[in-house]
Amino acid sequence: MTEHEHWDIEIKPKTNWFRFNLREVWAYRDLISQFVRRDIVAVYKQTLLGPVWFLIQPILTTVVFTFIFGRIAKLAPGQVPDVLFYMAGIIPWTYFSECLIKTSTTFTGNASIYGKVYFPRLVIPISVVFSSLAKFGVQMILFLGTYLYYVLFMDYQPVANATLFLFPLVILLMGGLGLSLGIFISSLTTKYRDLGFLVAFGVDLLKFASTLVFPFSIIMSQTQKTIIGLNPMTSVIETFRYGFLGEKAAVFSWEALAYSTSFMGIMFVVAVLIFNRVEKSFMDTV
Amino acid sequence: MSNIVVKAENISKQYRLGVVSGKSLSEDVKRLIYKLSGKADPLAAISEVNDRTIKGGSEYVWALKNIDFEVNRGEVMGIIGRNGAGKSTLLKILSRVTTPTTGTIKAKGRIASLLEVGTGFHPELTGRENVFLNGAVLGMSKSEIKRKFDEIVEFSGVARYIDTPVKRYSSGMYVRLAFAVAAHLEPEILIIDEVLAVGDSEFQKKCLGKMKEVAGGGRTVLFVSHNMGAVSDICHKAILIEKGEVTKSGEANEVIAHYVNQTLHYDLTKADTLKDPEFRRGNGEIRFKNISLQNADHTDQNEYYPGDHVKIKCSCTVQQPVDELFFLFALRSSLSRETVASTGRISIKPNGNEFEFVVELPDLNLHQGVYETYYWLGSSSNELPYDVVDNLTAPLVVKMPENQLWLPSGYFTLDSKLIQ
Repeated sequence: MTEHEHWDIEIKPKTNWFRFNLREVWAYRDLISQFVRRDIVAVYKQTLLGPVWFLIQPILTTVVFTFIFGRIAKLAPGQVPDVLFYMAGIIPWTYFSECLIKTSTTFTGNASIYGKVYFPRLVIPISVVFSSLAKFGVQMILFLGTYLYYVLFMDYQPVANATLFLFPLVILLMGGLGLSLGIFISSLTTKYRDLGFLVAFGVDLLKFASTLVFPFSIIMSQTQKTIIGLNPMTSVIETFRYGFLGEKAAVFSWEALAYSTSFMGIMFVVAVLIFNRVEKSFMDTV
Repeated sequence: MSNIVVKAENISKQYRLGVVSGKSLSEDVKRLIYKLSGKADPLAAISEVNDRTIKGGSEYVWALKNIDFEVNRGEVMGIIGRNGAGKSTLLKILSRVTTPTTGTIKAKGRIASLLEVGTGFHPELTGRENVFLNGAVLGMSKSEIKRKFDEIVEFSGVARYIDTPVKRYSSGMYVRLAFAVAAHLEPEILIIDEVLAVGDSEFQKKCLGKMKEVAGGGRTVLFVSHNMGAVSDICHKAILIEKGEVTKSGEANEVIAHYVNQTLHYDLTKADTLKDPEFRRGNGEIRFKNISLQNADHTDQNEYYPGDHVKIKCSCTVQQPVDELFFLFALRSSLSRETVASTGRISIKPNGNEFEFVVELPDLNLHQGVYETYYWLGSSSNELPYDVVDNLTAPLVVKMPENQLWLPSGYFTLDSKLIQ
């Protein structure tokens, strides 16, 4: 036996913090696509309407928000249709929160499959991001349809602008933030589940610490602006709304967008490092 | 370049018993403090050996301790041992589901593991969809699965139901489809845990055949099973794990014999019920007083190897003298309770109030196992026998020879006239 023999796989007690193999994830891209397919197809098996059910949730939420926050509380900006204003907030928020909530149970929810076979553990949360993206895509069609309806029949003057070119970044931010926070929480809850209880209602509360139900321009105090701005999803919603509905509905700021992007970047690196650390032996404690 | 494709060095795995609670948090903190101050893990030292039957004092246990082995290319290695010995833990480490506490495993090529059939099967999806999903979970690419799809369906034998959701399948069909996918994996190293325990016998044979084929194709297989027949059939070598440690390794048949012989053990110090008339049948006119199994050197012994010389020594007491009586000895399988061997009626002419006789089995021609003994004393008529000792004395244990495969022989002769 020579010391320099080549081994493809080495199984060791602990691995380096900074050794993660994104090429391996790429090698398993077929598995990602199979999981995405399963997540989408399996949910609506034995239903007649199938993916149309993806639309019920945003429609009903928009109706309720328009009624409560728009009509009763009069929080909507008024110069743009309330329905479009709320829908332009609800759809990106839904994508973000779904990514977060679903990936936050990556380890605990998939223990039975993780416990039996090896594949890069990141495959599952990544596939969640993509299957949620498909749902988001269907909901975007709903949004564009509604938008078109307002333009054609309700005399709404479209103000869509060049910010729309930032749309890919907006998608990346929503998915990236959801994924990073989700797998971060998942990694912290393999042994002590306590934090897991916080997730569902925490995300629900976070919703109100963003500009989901009111326009940014309504906030007067600088402190309050900072607090709301600290939520990385605020600038995502603002950019999304600004692109479609213009300055009457939202405030666009490069600084805020840069903040969210760097927040996501840092969070992503931290989360992947911790996830990578935990995945090696979480099966013993999950 | 050596031929070794899997090399395990000093593998140990520690587990904490009990539930995760506040106590485990304080232990985690303790570990962290020791680690930060550069000292060895204090909790590793207090771990105990992995023995599920004994309630130990420590909450930490070594599920595996200092495991070493090497497997060459194209070899099939069996891993055997009792429940809880650590076999599955070892497979989990090999399949990278968890990491060892100490030690390293090095491997060349892709490792695919089959710790369960149908991992990732989704009940709502059809058979076809699940073949693709499961194949991808096991590490196959989509084009690879497409290429082998027809073969997989044919192997499974569920072609008719391939477009039906698997939740409608019978459990046998489900397993057939799942194993069919796994059987068409082509990794360099395949790890299989006890998956043959399912399916009907026809399918089990098919699976074993497939596994032989896989091994014959130059791939390496590590195989855990309680089915010694299967292990001896397909494995070249084997390791025996007991209480987390490798206690024997080498040629498959040798290791199997060593393991089987451990289970074939009967404690002779068990109370001898021969003196208690409560369990006895017969009219009691003549009674067995003492019965023993002896080896060729006249020593009491109840464990033998095939081919050994066994003597059955009986002494009897007579209440009602008779001219002639008959003795019968039979052996029954302790599992199925079927008679597997018998001496037939042997005529004995007693003299005096006490007499002794010895019946010999010069060439023990039985497969390994535990055999219950049956001793009978009676007359030529069909009246009530004098005495029956049915499974009241120590059983006859036939052990497995370690260095050669033993098969019962001597029943068949060749009719030379029929050879053309």
